Amino acid sequence: MKSRREFLKTAATGAVLLGTEATFALGRRQDVHTEKHIDNGRSKVVIARDPLLHGPDGKLDDRRVGGLLDRAIAAYTGRKNPEDAWKHIVADGGAQDKVIGLKTNGLGGRGISTHFALVMAIADRLQQAGVKPGSILIWDRNARDLQACGFTISTDPVGVRCYGSDVAGFEDHVEVWATSRARFSKLLTRECAMVINLPILKDHSMSGVTFAMKNMYGMVERPQDLHGGGCNPGVADLNAFPVIRAKVRLTIGDAMSSVYDGGPLFRPERLWFPNSLVVGEDRVALDQVAWGMLDKKRVEAGMSTLEAAGRPPRYIATAADAAHQLGINDVKRINVVEA
Amino acid sequence: MVRSRMQIFITAALAVLALALASGCKKKAANLFPESGAVAGWEKSSETRVFESKDLWQYIDGDAEQYVQAGVVSTCTSDYKYQGQLEAVVDVYTMNSQRGARTILDKGKTKDAASVKVGDDGMQFAQSLTFRKNNYLVRIVTYQSSPDTEQALLALAHGVEKNL
Repeated sequence: MKSRREFLKTAATGAVLLGTEATFALGRRQDVHTEKHIDNGRSKVVIARDPLLHGPDGKLDDRRVGGLLDRAIAAYTGRKNPEDAWKHIVADGGAQDKVIGLKTNGLGGRGISTHFALVMAIADRLQQAGVKPGSILIWDRNARDLQACGFTISTDPVGVRCYGSDVAGFEDHVEVWATSRARFSKLLTRECAMVINLPILKDHSMSGVTFAMKNMYGMVERPQDLHGGGCNPGVADLNAFPVIRAKVRLTIGDAMSSVYDGGPLFRPERLWFPNSLVVGEDRVALDQVAWGMLDKKRVEAGMSTLEAAGRPPRYIATAADAAHQLGINDVKRINVVEA
Repeated sequence: MVRSRMQIFITAALAVLALALASGCKKKAANLFPESGAVAGWEKSSETRVFESKDLWQYIDGDAEQYVQAGVVSTCTSDYKYQGQLEAVVDVYTMNSQRGARTILDKGKTKDAASVKVGDDGMQFAQSLTFRKNNYLVRIVTYQSSPDTEQALLALAHGVEKNL
């Protein structure tokens, strides 16, 4: 395993090359990316469910996660063979022989973080599709968040790597989009050619919902600066930055377990098991669907909807507006595919 | 001029008070948490981490805002294990007033929460217990559930309360 100093030296050497490549990638891919997830004017969102995923004791049956993932990806790609499907995803992301990042979310602590079994199943499928272990990077804000998901920190280039922005650092340059400013993690700007977004569905005390778009907060140095106004327009602005638009190609949303109130922290008394994966490319559509899932559960539990509670996720509509054009929030134009 | 001096004095006094509370938490951080064995069955399983108000987002992201608005000065957190199996985390929020602690506790009260006699006021669910005492707000959460969980939580809460 490399020491931190060795790692940083290597990262710095590769930075110029990767930075140049990323600049080209932005110009080349953005137009394709913004329209690719739209089919006949509708965004596709796959929801794969397995009611037996959690036992009566609330324990996750790890062995069922791979099967659920395969069903979700087959429905998303239209390819039944997982190897073919993942080869397609990698090629579509322009990430052959490049580093693919798996951006998890461990902020809520051990009880409500992206599930280890899901991340490892994705890493396995990528390898089956020909991606070298060293080209897979599991990352989040810091070691604590990754450890909350159950990972061990590793910078060993031979195996699947796992470390946070606390190791890689952030760009010195402050990027600006509308009124939002951000310094991005070097893991996003320099290391990863493509990022697969792995958020976990949660209620959020400020933004209402935290899922596909909000998970990008873990890619910047000062996410607290983007929390004003119920994270609106912060979430939308952040997702509009070119580096995120270009590199975050697919979201495999972890809705295997969730908290429907009191989030984003772990609230065992508000824990529930949707037993689902929510997959798609359009993060706006994914968040719109996630909002519906949370509200449905809240009403079932005798609680008010997020709108009635005074914290609707307004950033979703902002992300879909003419200024941002990040995706579709009109439910009539979202094609929800059950798998 | 007099008003201006008075404003400066009040601002300085508040800053000193906040600093004193913050450093107080830092000094006392280790003492806030019961040592292993001090509460039957419970072991302290991690170092204590301390977050100043401005850094609280690093620990709890957007949830930090409500604590900041309620006047949090600092937050200390540590992990525990009960009988080597049941894992828990204890958060101690030091607020700048009793009112701040009350604000947060009352906000979390729901019909299904059971009232518990710990500190000045407290509530409990199957896997969590929150109470306030003076300027402190304490939240204990377990990651698993067992028949002993509620009693074990209550015992640990009383152990923390003694140190406040």
